[in-house]
Formats: sequence, structure tokens, C-alpha cells
Amino acid sequence: MNFFLTIVLDGLIQASWLFIVALGLTLVFGVLKILNIAHGSFYALGAYIAASAVTMVAARGFHPGIGFVAMLVAVALIASAVGLLLERCLLKMFYGRDEVVLLLVTYAVFLIFEDLTKLIWGVNPIYATQPYELFGNLEFAGLYYVGYDLVLIPISALIGFAVWFGLNRTVIGKIVLAVIHNEEMSVSMGVRVNRVYAVAFAFGVLLAALAGALTAPKISMQPGLSSDVIILSFAIVVIGGLGSIEGAAVGAILIGLARAASVHLMPEAELFMIYFIMAAVLVFRPEGLFKREMARRI
Amino acid sequence: MKNGLHPLVMIALVAGVTLLGRALPTWTLSLATIAASNALIALGIVVLARTGNVSFGQGLFFAAGGYGVALIANAWGLTDAVAQVIIGAACGGLLGLIVGPFIARYSGIFFGMLTLALSMVFYGALVKSTALGGSDGFNVGRPTLLGLSFTDPREADFMLYAVSVIVTGFAGIGATILFRSEFGLASLAVRENNLRVEYLGISANRVISINFVIAAIFAGASGAFALMAQRHIDPQFAYWTTSGEFVFVAVLAGTQSVAAVFVASMALELVRSFSSLYLPNTWQLVLGVFLLGVILFLPRGIGSLWIRKRRKRSTIAANAPIAAETGAAS
Amino acid sequence: MNPVLSVRGLEKKFGAVVAADALTLDIAAGQKISLIGANGAGKTTFVNMVTGYMKPDRGSIVLDGIDISRHSPRSVARLGISRSFQIPQLFVELTAAENLSVAISGVGTRMSLRAPAEADGRHDNAIELLERFGLGDLADRPISELAGGVRKLIDIAMALVRRPKLLLLDEPTSGVSAEDKFATMERVIHAVAPDAATLIFVEHDMEIVSRYADRVIAFYQGRILADGAPSEVLKDQAVRRYVTGGLQ
Repeated sequence: MNFFLTIVLDGLIQASWLFIVALGLTLVFGVLKILNIAHGSFYALGAYIAASAVTMVAARGFHPGIGFVAMLVAVALIASAVGLLLERCLLKMFYGRDEVVLLLVTYAVFLIFEDLTKLIWGVNPIYATQPYELFGNLEFAGLYYVGYDLVLIPISALIGFAVWFGLNRTVIGKIVLAVIHNEEMSVSMGVRVNRVYAVAFAFGVLLAALAGALTAPKISMQPGLSSDVIILSFAIVVIGGLGSIEGAAVGAILIGLARAASVHLMPEAELFMIYFIMAAVLVFRPEGLFKREMARRI
Repeated sequence: MKNGLHPLVMIALVAGVTLLGRALPTWTLSLATIAASNALIALGIVVLARTGNVSFGQGLFFAAGGYGVALIANAWGLTDAVAQVIIGAACGGLLGLIVGPFIARYSGIFFGMLTLALSMVFYGALVKSTALGGSDGFNVGRPTLLGLSFTDPREADFMLYAVSVIVTGFAGIGATILFRSEFGLASLAVRENNLRVEYLGISANRVISINFVIAAIFAGASGAFALMAQRHIDPQFAYWTTSGEFVFVAVLAGTQSVAAVFVASMALELVRSFSSLYLPNTWQLVLGVFLLGVILFLPRGIGSLWIRKRRKRSTIAANAPIAAETGAAS
Repeated sequence: MNPVLSVRGLEKKFGAVVAADALTLDIAAGQKISLIGANGAGKTTFVNMVTGYMKPDRGSIVLDGIDISRHSPRSVARLGISRSFQIPQLFVELTAAENLSVAISGVGTRMSLRAPAEADGRHDNAIELLERFGLGDLADRPISELAGGVRKLIDIAMALVRRPKLLLLDEPTSGVSAEDKFATMERVIHAVAPDAATLIFVEHDMEIVSRYADRVIAFYQGRILADGAPSEVLKDQAVRRYVTGGLQ
């Protein structure tokens, strides 16, 4: 029983940060119809920036709590700026081209960011563990967990709720939803789609980078981080359905549980499991588990 | 449609390039070997792209070819280079035959995602399988040719160069014939409007499947070359970034010209070796900027540099005003 | 004589909208039939069902003794029904001759690995067909450079390649100016005649209908309102009220 609980808790911890990454990816796809390969790079960017911020704060002898706040603020500012800049200066040039072309553009961005992070932060592993001890160890149903890990779960839920609330209960959110569901119609209603694109893309980058920042204290930052994360978040959004928020949540939980289960039951089968689930979903429900049928226009 | 060379001229060209290897310095030789091998798999992606589908998972067949050859080499001691290429092609082709018909139903992003997912399933399985060395992979011996083993590294390099140039060259000739053929025309038609193709009584899925199998055969053979060159194999063969690089070559080349694939592949290898020599850790940066430039300024690839000009000339010659044409009828 | 096409009790609903309601009709060889009706009356749905693009909810479509109501567009095409489209469906990056070559390569069971120009002369037919539509000199032009009216004719030429038992044309004169419409229709009728004896065309222009059809079927809300010779159908009270708008 304890064993089962371990898997569920581990799975939820995994799911919590995966969901934040996937949420960004699915939003960007929903609004801009771009499957963003560079999304993993933004995750890595967030993680690296967070590491720098944490290290800087720690070097000045401040409390790790300040480091935690500082990293979130730094990441939020830089990621939003990077997102806006990329959308306005680069992606904009390719709108209207085939979706596969846009996929290649983001692949190019991914390649560029791979080396940029190497040039800035080097190729050796970087750590930023100070905030990890922030919440101590917690006992949960007889199991000891690092508090930080458990705190990620409500943070992720909060972000998910905030996005849901923002989309469904605010004017800006409703405009974004309108663009997702019927772009032509919203243009004719006077929506300035360009702005929605810029905001949505920047927000997607922000979410990826935030997830990177939140996980930075748990992991070692090194090259290859982004290509692993993008492939995980691809699997999640494909399982849930491209552009679907509920789908991203369910996909993240599924993938999180699958990862946790295979770590405990069949170590190293983890990747196989994940892509196997993804391929199976693509085969039987190519639109994902949560996507409503889209009318084909001919 | 008289664009392009006669097949006999192309065969002479392949022979010439092969002999040229005698004069090349060693570092160019191994670079050209890798370029030829990469051109082969990228050519497969181009073949498939002419039906409008971009595969982000050619690493699947690349790895299948590589592992197939490596396992047979270690189990039965089969080290002949030509036999290894044939085995690699067969492994890739067989897998393509299984995957192709079922994947042909998907298009656009879903096609790309599904091919990527399948290659990553394979990657995951390879990492897990301790019998195959897990994530470290395993080594294989030097290839031989027709019973000859090459102890002099210079001779061994030239042998590998010759085999890869000849095989890739013939694949290129085959692709040229394919592109000019009725079937090649139908493939282009599928890319543009697969529903209309069906209305004409042609099975779009079949057209895609056949092109898919051809691409898989090329990828499998390319995997065999990569194995022979590195004498080592690991799951990285199937990882998505490996496939991504091949897509890069294909995009750079465009879908209009076979020669462009070779040029693109060679250009890529040159840039790679120079940037790793002079600017460490900027290889992918250069690649990314390069890719953006191509998509922006040469959306049809470098092949369009010489193909488009030809087309333009012929259209200007036939510049009859359309309005007069319809007007004359009334 | 047996009809070429025999439709019995065909039904199709899209949600609450009835696009086909108990359609029953026979089409004899050699007839030139015009389908008329307001937008949404069910003409295109009928064409889509006959060509296999949509599956009817109920009913049968029999072509020369074979029920094709569940067949795919490809299978229907191979059995002898071809169609053109209201918006021409061409391969715009290929030339006019290449478009027809694609159509020609679909005839028979396997495609050749030889270039169309070199393959056993069956592609000469491409040029011959274009010439029949008066488009011979445009053969090597990419479709992307051709005007809408020309595209429409090429679209029809492609449908002819299989020498269909039944040819369906979806609004052959839409988008053609009022002065050109008779000339265009004249060209189509003459070009089509050698390869397709039986013809159904969807048409909005009643002048075209009365001049070129020998039978008119009027649709209204998915049902057949009237079916007969043009002179009778176009005079029918109901047709005048619901279809032609009493303009004539």
C-alpha cells in the first residue's frame, strides 16, 4: 500500500512541473497553431537563469527564501521579454506559411538556444540547491518527502487554476479563447490577433521558464536538458490533445505516473513507456484524448 | 520535361567522384564519407517530402539498419561492407513496410509527431535493453570488402568512401528516375491535394506508403554506413535530434533536385568541421541561423537556385496572354 | 433499358438539417441532366454522396448493378463516375499537361516508373484533351499562372480521362461572366461529348439549363420538387416559387 502511495505521490510531483511546461506548449499551439520545438529550450533557459539568480543571492549571504523569490522574478522578467522579442522579431515573419515550416523555424530556435546556453553557462553541470531545503522534510502517511517537492503540487494546481480562470472569466482570456476557436471570426469582430499572438507566445515562454525555475533546485542543469523536456511535453500535449488545457493536465498526470511507476517497477523502461503511450494515443485518437472533433473544410 | 542529365552521364559522374577520393586528403575523405551517408538518408526524407509529409523520425530506420548490421556482424562475423549495406537497407525497408501503410493515413503535424514518437519508442526500448548494451551501445569490428581486410587506415577510409559514394550515387540516380516518372508526378499531386488524387482513382495512401518504404530503405543503408564509419552503435542513432539533423539537410536541399541533397549534406559537414575547429560550442547555433536563413530566403531549398531559373525561362517563352485566350472564345 | 444510375430512398442529415430526404431517381444512358435548387437545397450533397465523398444515412446508389453507396471516392471513380468541382481542385504547382498526366496515370492498375513523356504514348492523350478544350497552347504553364475560367476547364478535362459512365459537373459556369457563359458551356458540352455520354450538371443559370439540359431535377430542402423536361419543370408553380424565384 505504501509502495503504491509512493508511486502516486512521486507521479504527482513529476506531473506538477510537467503540467506547467505542457500548459505553455498547448496554449501556444492553441492560439498560434505552432508546435513549438523550442519550448524545451525555454524551460532550460528558466532553469539556468534561476540557478544564476539563486547562486548570486546565496553568495551575498541572504536567506534561501529570498533566493527563491529572486529566481522567480528574474525568470518571469527575462522569459517574458525573450518571448515577446522572439514572436515580434522572428515568428511573425513566418505566419501564413505551412505548419511544418513553423515547426522547422522553432527547431532552428531550439538549435540556437542549445548553444547560447552553452556559451553563457558552459557545459559543466550547474546546481542551485539552496531553495530545495526551504520547506524542510515533511512526513506524509508515514513517508518522508522533501517539502519543496510537495509544495510544487499546489503551486502547479494554482497556476493551472489561474490560467483557467484567466481564460474563462476575464475579458482578455475570452478574446484568447475566441482566437483559439475561430480566428477568422474573431478578426472580423475586431480582435487584434497580432497582440493576442504576442501575449500568448510570451505567456507560453513564461510558463516553460517558470517550470524550469521551479525545478532548478531539484536537478543539475546541463546540455541536453531541453531536448529531454520537449520530448516529454510533446508526449503530454499529444496525449491530451493539442491545444487542450484539460488535456495537458490529464496528460501530465498520466506521464508523471508512468514515469514514477517505471522508475519503481522497471527502471530505464521509463522513456519507452512514455512514447509507447504517446504512439498509442496518436494511433487510436490522433486528435488526443480531449480534443473535440474538428470540422474538416474542403 | 527534359531537365536533368542522362542516367549514363550520372553513372560516369559517380565513378569520377569515387576516383577523386584517391586524390583527397584523409580528413576530407572521412568527411565526404559522412556527407554521402547523410545525403542518403536525407534523400529519403526528400522522397517522402514530395508527398507532403516530413518525417521527424528517420532515426528509427537509421537505428534499425545500424543495429541490424551490428548484431549480424557480431553474431556471424559478417563484415563485408556491401553485404552490410544491403542488410542495413533490408532492415530499414522491412520496418518501413510495417510502419508505412499504417502511418500513411496521417498528414501534416500528426505525421511528423507520429514518426517522432515511433523513433522515440525505439530509442526507449534500446536504452532499456541491456543485451544491446543499453545507453552505451556496443562496438563492431572493421568492415572488409570482398574478403579483403584493410589494415592501412588510409585504404580503409578510401574503401568506405568508395562504397558510400557509389551506393549513395546510385540511390541518387534512382531518385532522379523516380522524380521524373509518372509515379513521381503522382507523389507531387498527393502533396498538393490528396483528395483530388483519390477522386482520380489513385490511392494516396499507397503512393505515400511506397515513398515511405523507399525513404526507410535509404535510412537503413545510411545507418549501416554510420556504423561502419564509427565502428560503434548506441541508442543515440534513434534519438530525435539525430533525425532532426537529417531533416535539416533535406530542408536545406529542397524537394526539387537530387543534386541539391548532396550539396546540402556536404555544406553541412564542412560547416560542422570548421565550426568545431574554430568555434567550439557554436555548431548548433550556426546550424540554427543557417536553417532560419534558408527558410526565409530560399523556401524551396538550395535546389531552387538552379531549378527555378530553368522554369522561369520556359514560362517567359510561353507567355501568351490568358485574357486573349478566354476572350477569343466568346 | 437499364438505367446507368439508380438511386433509391437516399437520406442524409446534418444534425437537424435534412440535406437529402428519400431521394429516388433513375438516370438513363445518354441523358444530360441539370440539378437546380437554391443554396442548401441538397444538390451538392447529392453529388457528394454519388461520388462517395459522403456516406448516406439510408438508401442505395446503384451504378450498373453495383451498390456504391458505401464506396470510397477512389472506388467510385474506378467504377466509372467522375466529377469536377465548383472550386477547381487542381495541382497548382504542376503544369496543365502534368495535371492531366496525373489523372492518366491513375487509369490502370500500376503506375510506371517512366517519365510521362516517355511512357507508351498514353500521355499524348493529355495534350489531345487540352486541345479539345482549346487549351493546347497552355499545356506547359503551371496552374498557378492560369485564370479561374481556364482552371475550371482543366478540372473538367481531368474528370474525362477515365471516360466515365457518368460525369458530374458542379457549376461548370460559375465564376464565368454573363457574356462568356454560353461560349464556355458550348465548349464544355462539345469537349465532353466523345468521352462521357451521360452528364449531370449542377447549375444556377436557368438560361444554361433550358438550353443544354434534356432533363431537369429541382431540389428543395433535400427533396425532389420536380423532375422532367426543362420546359415543364421551369414552368412548375412550386419550382418558380422556391427555386427560380419567379424570375422567368
